Amino acid sequence: MRRRFAEAGRRAFLWQALAVGLLLLGGWWVAGRVEGELAARGIRSGFGFLLQPAGFEIGESLFDFHAGLAYWQAFLVGFANTLRVALPGLLLATVLGALIGFARLSPNFLLRALGTAYVEVFRNVPLLLQLLTWYFLLTEKLPPVADAVEFLPGFFLSKSGLAFPLPAFAVAAGELAWPQRGLLNIEGGATVTPEYLAVLLGLAAYSAAYLAEIVRAGILSVSRGQVEAAAALGLTARQRMRWVVLPQALRLIVPPAGNQYLNLTKNSSLAVVVGYPDLVSVANTTLNQTGQAVECIAILIAVYLALSLATAALLALYNARLLRRGSAA
Amino acid sequence: MKLSPLRCALLVLAGAAAGFAAPAAHAGKTLDAVRQHGRVVCGVSTGLPGFSAVDSKGNWVGLDTDVCRALAAAVLGDAGKVKWTPLNSQQRFTPLQAGEIDVLSRNTTWTLTRDASMGLHFAAVTYYDGQGFMVAKKSKVTNVKQLKGAEICVQSGTTTEKNLTDYFRAQGMKAKPVVFESYEASLKAFFSGRCQAYTTDVSSLAAIRDKEVKNPDDYAILPELISKEPLGPAVRRGDDEWFAIVKWVVYALIEAEELGVTQANAESLKRSANPAVQRLLGGAEDMGRLLGLDKEWAYRAIRAVGNYGEIFDRNLGANSPLKLPRGSNQLWTKGGLMYAPPIR
Ligand SMILES: N[C@@H](CCC(=O)N[C@@H](CS)C(=O)NCC(=O)O)C(=O)O
Repeated sequence: MRRRFAEAGRRAFLWQALAVGLLLLGGWWVAGRVEGELAARGIRSGFGFLLQPAGFEIGESLFDFHAGLAYWQAFLVGFANTLRVALPGLLLATVLGALIGFARLSPNFLLRALGTAYVEVFRNVPLLLQLLTWYFLLTEKLPPVADAVEFLPGFFLSKSGLAFPLPAFAVAAGELAWPQRGLLNIEGGATVTPEYLAVLLGLAAYSAAYLAEIVRAGILSVSRGQVEAAAALGLTARQRMRWVVLPQALRLIVPPAGNQYLNLTKNSSLAVVVGYPDLVSVANTTLNQTGQAVECIAILIAVYLALSLATAALLALYNARLLRRGSAA
Repeated sequence: MKLSPLRCALLVLAGAAAGFAAPAAHAGKTLDAVRQHGRVVCGVSTGLPGFSAVDSKGNWVGLDTDVCRALAAAVLGDAGKVKWTPLNSQQRFTPLQAGEIDVLSRNTTWTLTRDASMGLHFAAVTYYDGQGFMVAKKSKVTNVKQLKGAEICVQSGTTTEKNLTDYFRAQGMKAKPVVFESYEASLKAFFSGRCQAYTTDVSSLAAIRDKEVKNPDDYAILPELISKEPLGPAVRRGDDEWFAIVKWVVYALIEAEELGVTQANAESLKRSANPAVQRLLGGAEDMGRLLGLDKEWAYRAIRAVGNYGEIFDRNLGANSPLKLPRGSNQLWTKGGLMYAPPIR
């Protein structure tokens, strides 16, 4: 019996390997044809351009980027910018989503109604519009940088974003750790731009609506009997949540929440509409300067695919651990 | 319709893949296709007054659109037979490469990279432009040097983005570009005060200032021009016949101005004593045949939209809201750069 299973497994594996092989072969063939076709039409192709100097600046960057560096470095900056908005976005969305999910289950009517309203609004307005709304709220309503408001010592808020002090050790010699008013704008310290803020808030607010529903559904799935039994044992509401409900709910929450995380990361590619220099934005500029559309798009696809697969793998791992822990208990 | 970047990505890939379904031998095919469908498909901007924009009656107007009308008149005998395809800066080249449009007539700068590596050919220059900066007057900035460290709004997919960097680097200054894919978003951000300056071709700056703000006097265009931006129509590579047609239709409009042929007098000048005028209008000699057209090709183009000077004045110059000076776009005989090779 067992042998038969093993054999079936091996055969299935062989078929799959064959399919993957054929797919790769097909892809190879298509790539060859595309290359030939592009050459015939006088369109340059190949990835050699990645080593050439980029020749454009990127408005905000985690590294010290300048126009003399190569295209591949520009892509790296774009990628870092994507992560820089997606990762805090995940965190923010999770916290917000959990709060709203709990609010929707609250015995308090007002809280419940607010939670429902939030979910309905943010789920039903297209994300693109939400991003633009956040962005124009920030840039229309805040004062111009010349009249930036210093709402805490060293914290300036204006149309040019949020400037805040850096710890002295994080600052290169000759630079200011403490922001101060310059000729045209705020100098020194660190800044996050309104583009960044808009993308971060937009993504987090949008994903939180979905996460809230996932959290709510997960908690509701734990049968009442269990909660009542726990209460009968004398556990407080908080203890019931921590030791009885959450461990079971999490198993139902994690897979769909993972999907949501994936969506958030992919949705960050909409950042170009508000001028945030994410990976897509850098690819756009590169594509335009070099004319190498196919290559730039291929890079984009590969990166987003890798990100998605990596997230999926992490979640699968986490989920497996949860399940194991669940069955051991 | 707004396409997400990833959708665009798929489209481009699909376009490239579709490439091998259609044979590469396109030579001479564009003219046939244009005749067969009875229309010229013309790629224009999404709305830049003076060059290509929809007027209050819903018609496409502007210098770039008149080039397409002249083309339709020359090839099909009817200036109305144009299908307009609005394209933003970022999207503009792919549809041309993929054969979805016959000509890209959309404030596009002729550069080596574009001409040599993007599967297209620039046919002629219809407007000599240069890049400039616009600032709010209340910022008290009066020259580019004062923009040191400034945030500058710019649209992606343009030569503008790189010129900006080049110029600032040459001056030893740092610029912080804020790059938008959409034209409207870039303008909205600038006018809401997000950036201390907006940069693009100066003719466009003038058009933007005229159209987008209630009080144009609140904004100033700085005196410096930081680049050369020769704008003109482009066609797909590999079709020499169509390339020649587009090129010579533009030259016919310029030649007409030089010879004093206008929309109004073209009819009577057909029997002009000047052989050059006769040749242009197809009075006696048939030049059109050499292009695969008939002998009245240029006559019809001029009747449809007027000569280059008339087109300029109507859309950008004295008879337009923009009132731009002719400047470098004056005829070479009057100290400008507009020069058509002889039509003979
Ligand atoms: N001449 C430059 C810039 C042309 C350009 O695309 N300008 C922008 C800003 S004025 C534009 O026309 N945008 C309108 C649109 O995207 O539809 C180039 O060819 O790259």
